[in-house]
Parts: sequence; C-alpha cells; structure tokens
Amino acid sequence: MTKGIGNTQKRFGNFIRGVVPAAILGALAAAYGADAKYPTAKVMTTGLAVTDNEVTVGILHSLTGTMAISETGSVEAEKLAIAQINESGGILGRKIKFIVEDGASDWPTFAEKARKLLVQDKVAAVMGCWTSASRKAVLPVFEKENGMLYYPTFYEGLEQSKNVIYTGQEATQQILAGLDWIAKEKKAKTFYLVGSDYIWPRTSMKIARKHIENVLHGTVVAEEFAPLGHTQFGSLINKIKLKKPDVVFAAVVGGSNVSWFKQLKAAGITADKQTLLTISVTEDEVLGIGGENLVGFYSSMKYFESLDNPNNKTFVPAFKKMWGPNSVIGDVTQAAYLGPWLWKLTVEKAGSFDVDKVAAASPGIELKTAPEGYVKLHENHHLWSKLRIGQWKADGQALVVYESGLIEPNPFPKGYQ
Amino acid sequence: MKKAAVDENRSKDGSWLLGLAVLSALIFIVMPLCFDIFRLNLVGKYLTYAFVAVGLVLCWGQGGILSLGQGVFFGLGGYCMAMFLKLEASDPKSTAIQSTPGIPDFMDWNQLTKLPWFWQPFHSLTFTLIAVVLVPSLFAFIIGVAMFKRRVGGVYFAIITQAVAAILTILIVGRQGLTGGINGITDLKTLHGWDIRTNGAKYVLYFINAGLLVASLLVSKYITSSKLGRLLLAMRDKEERVRFSGYDVSNFKVFIFCMAAGISALGGAMFTLQVGFMSPSFVGIVPSVEMVIFTAVGGRMSLLGAVYGTLLVNFGKTYFSESYPALWLLLMGGLFISVVMFFPNGLAGLYDQHLKKRVAAAGARFRAGRAAGLKTAPAGEPPGMEKTAATLPGGIPGKRTKGPKQPLETRP
Repeated sequence: MTKGIGNTQKRFGNFIRGVVPAAILGALAAAYGADAKYPTAKVMTTGLAVTDNEVTVGILHSLTGTMAISETGSVEAEKLAIAQINESGGILGRKIKFIVEDGASDWPTFAEKARKLLVQDKVAAVMGCWTSASRKAVLPVFEKENGMLYYPTFYEGLEQSKNVIYTGQEATQQILAGLDWIAKEKKAKTFYLVGSDYIWPRTSMKIARKHIENVLHGTVVAEEFAPLGHTQFGSLINKIKLKKPDVVFAAVVGGSNVSWFKQLKAAGITADKQTLLTISVTEDEVLGIGGENLVGFYSSMKYFESLDNPNNKTFVPAFKKMWGPNSVIGDVTQAAYLGPWLWKLTVEKAGSFDVDKVAAASPGIELKTAPEGYVKLHENHHLWSKLRIGQWKADGQALVVYESGLIEPNPFPKGYQ
Repeated sequence: MKKAAVDENRSKDGSWLLGLAVLSALIFIVMPLCFDIFRLNLVGKYLTYAFVAVGLVLCWGQGGILSLGQGVFFGLGGYCMAMFLKLEASDPKSTAIQSTPGIPDFMDWNQLTKLPWFWQPFHSLTFTLIAVVLVPSLFAFIIGVAMFKRRVGGVYFAIITQAVAAILTILIVGRQGLTGGINGITDLKTLHGWDIRTNGAKYVLYFINAGLLVASLLVSKYITSSKLGRLLLAMRDKEERVRFSGYDVSNFKVFIFCMAAGISALGGAMFTLQVGFMSPSFVGIVPSVEMVIFTAVGGRMSLLGAVYGTLLVNFGKTYFSESYPALWLLLMGGLFISVVMFFPNGLAGLYDQHLKKRVAAAGARFRAGRAAGLKTAPAGEPPGMEKTAATLPGGIPGKRTKGPKQPLETRP
C-alpha cells in the first residue's frame, strides 16, 4: 500500500517535473539527466526499486565457504562494470546501486537470498550464482517472482529460462570446437575422459563422447569420474599411463584440480609426453595449481587474460587498478563483467526496467566492448561467442593458440543427448 | 515427601503447558502478524530445523545419546517428500523436451531411460506420507539396533553417526542419476495439484508446520514426563544401574533414537514443501552439527528452549548475513563461543539462573493457594521413581524448567 502512495507521489512529482518547468528549463533538463525523457512511471511499472536517479540491482555470490575463492572474481568484475556504467552516466539517467548478498556456498541460502533480493529489495536485476547447483536452487525463485538473473559460469546447458541470461558458454560451445581443433592439430584418435562426479562434467563428457565417436570417428578409451573433493589420483594416472591415449580430456574441478595436476606432474605425465585438454582451468585455478604444474597443457575457454584486442587492453588494467596488480582474470570473471553491460544495453533498448520487457528485448543485443570481443545475445538467452585454446605457461598466463569463429549457443543440442 | 514431589511435578507440567501456550501464541499469532510472507516463509524454514532440535533434546538431553548425524533423518524425510513432488512435476507434458519424457530431468541428463524401482511407489501420496516418517525411523532402527545392542555409546556413537552422515552424502552426490546429485531435487511445483509456490500455499504450509511442531512438542513432553522419560534420564546418568535393575537399556535407546529420527524427518518433509527443494547439503556433517548447536543454544534439556534456540540462531544468521555479508560468519562464531563460555546451559540455563527464583516464589504462592483444594494426590508412581526425580535436582535443568515464558509475565 505504501508503495502505491509512493508511486502516486512519484507520478505527481514527475508530472511537476515533466510539465511545469519543461517550458522554461527544457534544455537544462535534457542536459541534466534523463528524468524528463524517462520518467520513473514510464520505465518501471512493476514495483521494482527504481527511483528518479537510482536503480538497485543485486549481487548474489558466495563470499564465504568453499566457493568463495572462485566467486570473488565474479563479484569484483560485476562491481567494476557497475562503477564504469555509473561513471559513464548510468542507465536511463539513473545510477546503479547494488546490494550484495552472500550465498555462503550453500544452495538453500542462495534460494533464500534470491527471494530476499526479489521480494524485499525489489531489485531490477541480479548478477549472480556460480555453480549449477546454486543456479538450480534459485531458478524456481526467479521464475516465480519474475526476476532477471545474469549468470556468468560456463555450464552444462540443458536449460533455458526467460528469467536468466547466460553470459558464460554452454557445453557445446566450449567442447566441440576444442575437440575439433585438437583432433586436427594433434591427429588425435584416442581420448581418455576424466571429470569430477557431478552434473557439469557428466554432461560435458556425454557431449564429448558423442562428438568424438560420431563426428571425429575417434575412440573414447575410458571415461572416469572422481568424487568431488577427491585428492588421490594415483590409480587413475596409472590407468592413463597404461592406455596411452592421444588426448586426456579433463573436467576436474575445485580442490581436486590441484591434486590432479600435481600428481600428474609427479607421475611424469607432462605436456611433452601427453596432450591434455581441460575445460575446467582458468587463470583463477592456475593461481591455485601453480603454473609450473600445467606448463604446455591446453585449456578450452572463451576468454583468457592474455587476449590481444583493444577491449581487453583497457579492461585488464582497469580491473587491476580497482582490485590490485596481483588479481587475475579468468573466463568466468570476464563473463560476469558482461552481465551489467548487457543489462544496461537491454534496458536502454527496451526503454524500461521491467523484467518482461528486458527479457523480450534481450535477443539480438550486441556488446561490442566485451573484453572477449564481440558478443551477441541469442534468442535462447545465451551468448554467441568465440572459443579459444590457450596453452599454459609457467607464469600462470596462457598463450592463445587457436580462436574459432562465433559459435551459436545451443543448450539443447540434437544428437548429443 | 511423595505427595510433595507429585505436587511439584504437576505444577511443573502446568507451567510447561503455559510456556507452550506462550510459544504457540508467538508462532501462530505474533509472527504471522508481524512478518510479511517472505519473512514468515523464512520463519517456517527455521521451524523445520526446530523439529530436529526437539528430537535432539529427546535423544541427547534426555537419553544422553549425542547424535551428530540428525541431518540424515531430516534429509531422508525431505527426500521422500521431494521425490513425490518431483514425480508430480515431471509429467510427460512438461518434460517433453527430454529424450525420455515423464522422468525427472536429472535422470534424463544422466542417460536413464526408465524410472528406478524405488522411485515407483512415490507416485502415491499416501505412500509418501507414510514413508516420510517410516523410512528415516527404520533407518534409525537399523543403526540403533546395530550400535546399542553392542553397547556402543558416547563418543563412539557420535563418531559413527557422523560417518553415516558422510556416507549418505557421498552416496547421494555420487549416484546423481538416481538422486539428483549435488544439485539435489529442485524445481518442485505442486502437491497433488496444489501449487505450493503461491503465497496462499505458503501461509497454509506455515501453519501446518507450526501445528506439527506443537504436536511433536506435546508428544515429546508426554514421553519425557512418563516413566520412560525418567528411565532415560536414569540411563543417561547411571546406565549400569538401570541395566542391573533388570531393564534392557538398548531397547529404550533404540526407541528414543527412532523417535528423534521420526520427528526430524517431519521437519525435513516440511522443509521441502516450504523451500521448494531438497539437496544433499542438508544430509551432511555440517548441517547435522549445526542442528546440535541449535539445541545447545536453546539448552539441551529443554524442549521449548530448543525451539527458541533454533529461532535465535537462524534469525541471527539471516540478520547478520544480510547486514554484514563479509563479516557474518565471524559474528555467528562469536555468538556460539559466547553461548558456550557464558551460558553453557543455553537459553534454558540462562532462564534457570536469573529468573528461576522469581518463578519459585510465584510457584509457591500458586501452590499455597491451591494446597487447600488438593486433598488426594494420585498415587500411581512406582516406588523409587519419585526418588529418582527427587534426587536429581540440579543436574537436569530441563526437568526443573517451569516454562520459560512464565517469569516474563511475573516481571514488573
């Protein structure tokens, strides 16, 4: 009820602001801000937290718990993007204010905080989530409360929602071109698939196997999954030595990653003897694993910090200026940076903060200033993006050895299910 | 002396009921009036943990069996409910995009083409409602028989329950085609055609939840004040003596452990309904230990204290994490440390320390007024039992608790 009164007041205020001084101060108003052009009553009709000079968004990541180390980069990137947007004049004349909530690496907490952001704070959009599990937990909340989520992580696909924009790659974008490249470049015929045991590696390996067998006409010599948090890869490494595959294709995540690569090196499996392509190592992970343990191995990602293009050359220094010279930027961090920018462009195209209009205006949005280069939003709310293969160096940076063309996102790939 | 003891017991029960009435008023009237549906839904979620805390008062406070794996039973109850809801949400029409329509989405991702046999009966709501309580109780029975018949107790039992929690988590995460893995069972929509996501449904579920909690409290109170309850206390303090008196100690332990499991499972099922999903993060060691903390904060001997403790800790968690997203874990840690250091008996102990005298005075006045009318005390007590009650005055604060809320009203 209070909201109704607030709206009336706002509408009345806008009326005053819009009509009375317009005749006298029209030019000044236009120069001052977008209030006159975009009155609150017009750009927001659904009770979102939008005032005449502010719009509130939520940032929902794990600041504590096991995922904090991964998600911190995303929070930093989102804050940077918001600061830059505010510097450049905001959205429809309004500055972005953000509310940070901690999902605490705990999926029900994510759902609780998502509901809080949408129901209580009435945020216009949420930048957030990292793991698939957290996204799965908040998805019903976003659909029920009609919120807008910008989700940054590369993930397994098999999902599409009006209420989510996926700024990371779905599995086929990340896997197929990488496998094509390695099959061609290394004449690879036999593949050993290794992953952590949960939905993303499982789905990724399913797609990889179909592609290897049906398209590349190679052989999958083994497919192994280690439990999450597993640290003893000795027997697995022995099996790899026995099978001598042309390529080890890996999706080991989290703490396991460190043990996995250290034990590979200790067992003498290094890049000069064994080709390894992973889809789960970004600059952030390398920081934990140590570049020296990875030298020469390949990662399949859409973004590397070392990308050589003008957008990235302004993005990387800006990020380091804000978050310190030792910070690194991984694939997901960059994807998180896209969220606020894509939202800004979409809101401006829609001329409205309303979620339904933003969702409808999303397809076709082009972001030319993305650090990864040009991206475009597909009708299925995923991004058209390129794939890069990076070869790791001892200093923790990657040498980009291959770049694909723009790949169409396809979260429900036919023939790969 | 006998008469005095019975008299005292009676007045204690009376003030406990008063305490329950105050708690019920708080849950049924004050909270729904004070909070909007979002906050109320959160309170509902907290109250589902209170089931576990009440169960822990029974088996830990009363029976001396410290279980660090109560999340297992909470989780099993929740999963049973979630399986039913998931099957209902996965009708062939809404899952038409899958390779095998009609099965839950995560099964399809894991290349399953047929519903596993143990999912089949969860098409039935009746079966589900029975399974919610029965499956966890049965599981507790198996663990209980295996442990208590072999006289495994104390720390060893705590460690084993913790191992069970770890095993079950690994099993659920590992067999993701059958269980939904680490994501859990998500995207639950309707209960027998009734949309559980609407605000109206949330109100209804809140009150059902609160009603079940009060019922659990009453049943638990009945148990603790019965002969069985006193036997449990005796077992906790001098197990050998009870055994030498001819009682089969293990049977009582198994019973109270199953009881605690069943109550926890109710909480789990209500959790699934109110929050809309279930995940292995409620089965593991961390949530199980957290639930022990709720009980400890409330006072492990006090049934009502357990509910207050759960509410306090969870309100704290939500409040701190919303206000100080970067610091809140430290603040919660501070809260726990100060509880252990300054109020080792929890909220109930706090009450005992500071307000008990006032209550005693008020109680004496009350008794004095009633003494004239009370001529014959019922003499159903077996000899020796009133002695147990009478010789355990200080060590069992919960038994002495005269309802935490009464003193507040006697305050000036």
